[in-house]
Amino acid sequence: MNIRLSLTVNDESRELLVPVHKTLLEVLREDLDLIGTKHGCELGECGTCTVLVDGAPVLSCIALPADLQDSDITTVEGMADGSRLHPLQQAFAELGAAQCGYCTPGILLTAKALLADDPTPTRQRIREALAGNLCRCTGYTKILDAVELAALRMGQRPVRAMT
Amino acid sequence: MSKRFTVVGQPLPKIDAWGKVTGDTRFADDMVLPRMAFGKLLRSPHAHARVRAIDTARAKTVPGVYAVITGADLPRVKFGILPVSQDEEALCTEKVRMVGDAVAAVAAVDEETADRACRLIDVDYEPLPALMSIQESLAHPEVRIHEYGDGPNVHKNVALQFGDVEAAFAASDLVREDVFFYEGNTHLPMEQHAAVAHATADGKLTLWSSTQTPHYVHRLLARILDMPAAHIRVIAAPVGGGFGGKLDPFAHEIAACRLSQLIGRPVKIACTREEVFYIHRGRHPVLMWIKTGFTKAGDITGCHLKTWLDGGAYGSYGVASTFYTGVINPVTYKMPVYKFEGARIFTNKPPCGPKRGHGTPQPRFALEVQLDKAAEQLGLDPADMRRRILVEPFTKTANHLTVTTIGLGECIDKVVEASGWRDKVSRYRAAAEVDAPKPLWQPRRRRGVGIACSSYMTGAGTAIYWNSMPHSGVVLRADRSGGVTVLCGATDIGQGSDSILAYLVAEVLGLDPKDVHVHPADTSLTPVDLGSYSSRVTLMCGQAAIQAAERLRSAIFKAVAAKLDVDAGALAMRERKVGVPDDWEKAVDFARAVELGEAMHGVLAFAGSYAPPKRAGKYKGGGVGPSPCYSYTACVVELSVDEDTGEVELHDVWIGHDIGRALNPLLVEGQVEGSVYMGIGEAVMEAQVFRKHVHKAPSMLEYKSPTTLETPEIHTMLVETDDPEGPFGAKEAGQGPLLPVMPAIANAIYHAVGVRVDEIPITPEKVLKGLELKRQGKAARVGPDRVPLFTFKQPLVVESAFGAPAEAIAVRPFSDTPS
Ligand code: FES
Ligand code: FES
Repeated sequence: MNIRLSLTVNDESRELLVPVHKTLLEVLREDLDLIGTKHGCELGECGTCTVLVDGAPVLSCIALPADLQDSDITTVEGMADGSRLHPLQQAFAELGAAQCGYCTPGILLTAKALLADDPTPTRQRIREALAGNLCRCTGYTKILDAVELAALRMGQRPVRAMT
Repeated sequence: MSKRFTVVGQPLPKIDAWGKVTGDTRFADDMVLPRMAFGKLLRSPHAHARVRAIDTARAKTVPGVYAVITGADLPRVKFGILPVSQDEEALCTEKVRMVGDAVAAVAAVDEETADRACRLIDVDYEPLPALMSIQESLAHPEVRIHEYGDGPNVHKNVALQFGDVEAAFAASDLVREDVFFYEGNTHLPMEQHAAVAHATADGKLTLWSSTQTPHYVHRLLARILDMPAAHIRVIAAPVGGGFGGKLDPFAHEIAACRLSQLIGRPVKIACTREEVFYIHRGRHPVLMWIKTGFTKAGDITGCHLKTWLDGGAYGSYGVASTFYTGVINPVTYKMPVYKFEGARIFTNKPPCGPKRGHGTPQPRFALEVQLDKAAEQLGLDPADMRRRILVEPFTKTANHLTVTTIGLGECIDKVVEASGWRDKVSRYRAAAEVDAPKPLWQPRRRRGVGIACSSYMTGAGTAIYWNSMPHSGVVLRADRSGGVTVLCGATDIGQGSDSILAYLVAEVLGLDPKDVHVHPADTSLTPVDLGSYSSRVTLMCGQAAIQAAERLRSAIFKAVAAKLDVDAGALAMRERKVGVPDDWEKAVDFARAVELGEAMHGVLAFAGSYAPPKRAGKYKGGGVGPSPCYSYTACVVELSVDEDTGEVELHDVWIGHDIGRALNPLLVEGQVEGSVYMGIGEAVMEAQVFRKHVHKAPSMLEYKSPTTLETPEIHTMLVETDDPEGPFGAKEAGQGPLLPVMPAIANAIYHAVGVRVDEIPITPEKVLKGLELKRQGKAARVGPDRVPLFTFKQPLVVESAFGAPAEAIAVRPFSDTPS
């Protein structure tokens, strides 16, 4: 059975007809060609597929779009402001926080939600926020450093409000 | 430091970082081609069974199914990554040897349909007894997993002896014998393996795959599919984490190729996470017996090591793994005589293979914990004891390996200093001795520190198949635009090898790394690099890239010299210009210099080649272990142990690593931190274990790995030794720093609570068991106490080369500057 979906994805409104059992991950990757969202388990266990739904991190591999009618979805492709990278993206690139980069989109979005909630998080708070996102390459050190750097930069200069 | 370098040593972003933070990077499963079909493998539910018949008729009738194949649709060849272990089939025809062995494959319009069709394939199995441990496999020689090997269910049996260990033990003040066990664990890359194959109407075939070894896959595909290698093209997609798990040719790659050939469409097969757990090729479970002699002062007099590896169902890299459990230990400390016996046993479990540190973390754990025990008995500080007995630079080891530079002393000094070792060693010990009563509701936690050291190869000295060609090649092409393109078969698995190539070329040519385009591994375009394993890429591809860049540079110098009417020897390249340093005003732009070069020489394309110095010991087995140079690491761990729950909480890890030279300190730190993290996972939680023939934890939730909360602060300190073998002096960083972590943790736990857990992983249950033994006044040790009844081969007796001087710079094939 197919279902008609209407979603706002990265600030664009999309109308889709998809099988009702398709996950948000599948819809994003297969129907919208947003392959920036990755998967490590498709069982809700690794955090790799995290996207933002109305600003909150959601595991897209276990989210059903049917439940998300009319919601606002942000994927990694929607983080940059045109050609200007989000401070988190900039910091991750500069500090080597993405090694293979496979976990990176999910971690960037989780961190984005954290900074929206707490613009000056402690290292421990960052650890807690990212505890559901596994990374096998970095040992997390550079990831924590990069989130701290981005928070610092975002606090220092006036940036346009993050959604 | 001197201004010798402009790019080298800078903490630059990786050249592919931008694609990775924006979602642009296309991993294998992100590939979509027009008309692409989706494939699925049917895998065996039996650990050991004869395949009587496979009936695909029902599956073929499912609407949307394009093809169903079995082993009968493939040429009858067995393959394996090592020439000595050709024991695998992509789709098993006669027998399955583990749960997860593939027997059939389907291509369909989508994954769901392929999955449904798989369930309709009828396989008639005749179950055979399954052997699930070393003990079972040795106890049942009548059940044969394979028909080849060094005995019933014995894949490999090796014994090497360098000097008279018995005499050394007799002359020792202390001789210790200990038994250790190291459980298997798996790589768990975040990206599941995926491959897309496209057979085209011209009879050619292209495979995109998440592989660390496109060259070996290319070679083997030609054999497996029985078609000319020249008609096959293998392209390495960016790899979402490898750690050794993507080093073999796999069933899903081969099935995708064959299906594509049959249906004339591209075929993608993406493995599920559960399949990745069964594909495995990870850390071998190893049981070890180690006997070492010491003098009162703490010198090692000799060492005898026996290892039993649980190999799983296939050979994979196992012969090399077996050697690696023995050959690297003598590279760290002075060990005048050495004996090693090792055996790899087949079992009906997923095959083990190379995981980060390949075969060496297990014996490293044994040696470093034993040293800690010996230091205590001898009344020596474990850091000082190690510091005293380090191998001398530019000497040979007992087993004929050549050590060049060694910065381990400085690494130890750094971690001892930074961690506050001297103070903590005595303070925590004293605290542990007073048993201060605490109210019951307060956790009883005790702190401890532990130290361990290690060494690792910077690239294997010999290739997997015997040949005298380069191990790495680079073709460098200069463009009239002023950019240069690097073609190299190396695969970037996240370690940053593409970036390293760009940095090195930019350094030699005075460019910005951004001016350098690095083309990913593609067997039709890029010269061969053997693959991303054994920490070889930075050194080998790096040297090849430097050679190619130097050749390009001299061609350009010649042309610019003619133009400026100066001596070519007076020219320099920097800031995207070529000129005489004292007369920089007249320097010409690099782009202009390329034009001058092209006008003089024609197209500017130069090759660089690298092969390691030929230093293999002249004995059978001497080919495993030699490396151009070895990296060294020292590690101090601080942790606390909860005496009520047995839980271990890690607080800090200080790690000193001899990197030779940090080509990019940021990337080196990243490799060190990632290694430490992975070592922590192995030390306290990760385990690839089986119950009733199936994996006990085949999911990311059940297979515990460290999150941000379990990973402590990691303090990395780099030591530069400027090794003559490395590109601008660099050694490896991707594997060595993992090695000392597990023993340092075990030693710190002992320091905290006086419990020896001689077994990895050190789970809370094991710690609690040790505490309970201690309370009962028994020896507070948890670990194996018996070794299998097993007869090793008569050892090959070779004279010890210990202490013999090494050539400062070895003669290297293809080198421009023979010494
Ligand atoms: S892919 Fe969604 S949590 Fe792992
Ligand atoms: S960077 Fe590779 S998994 Fe995180």
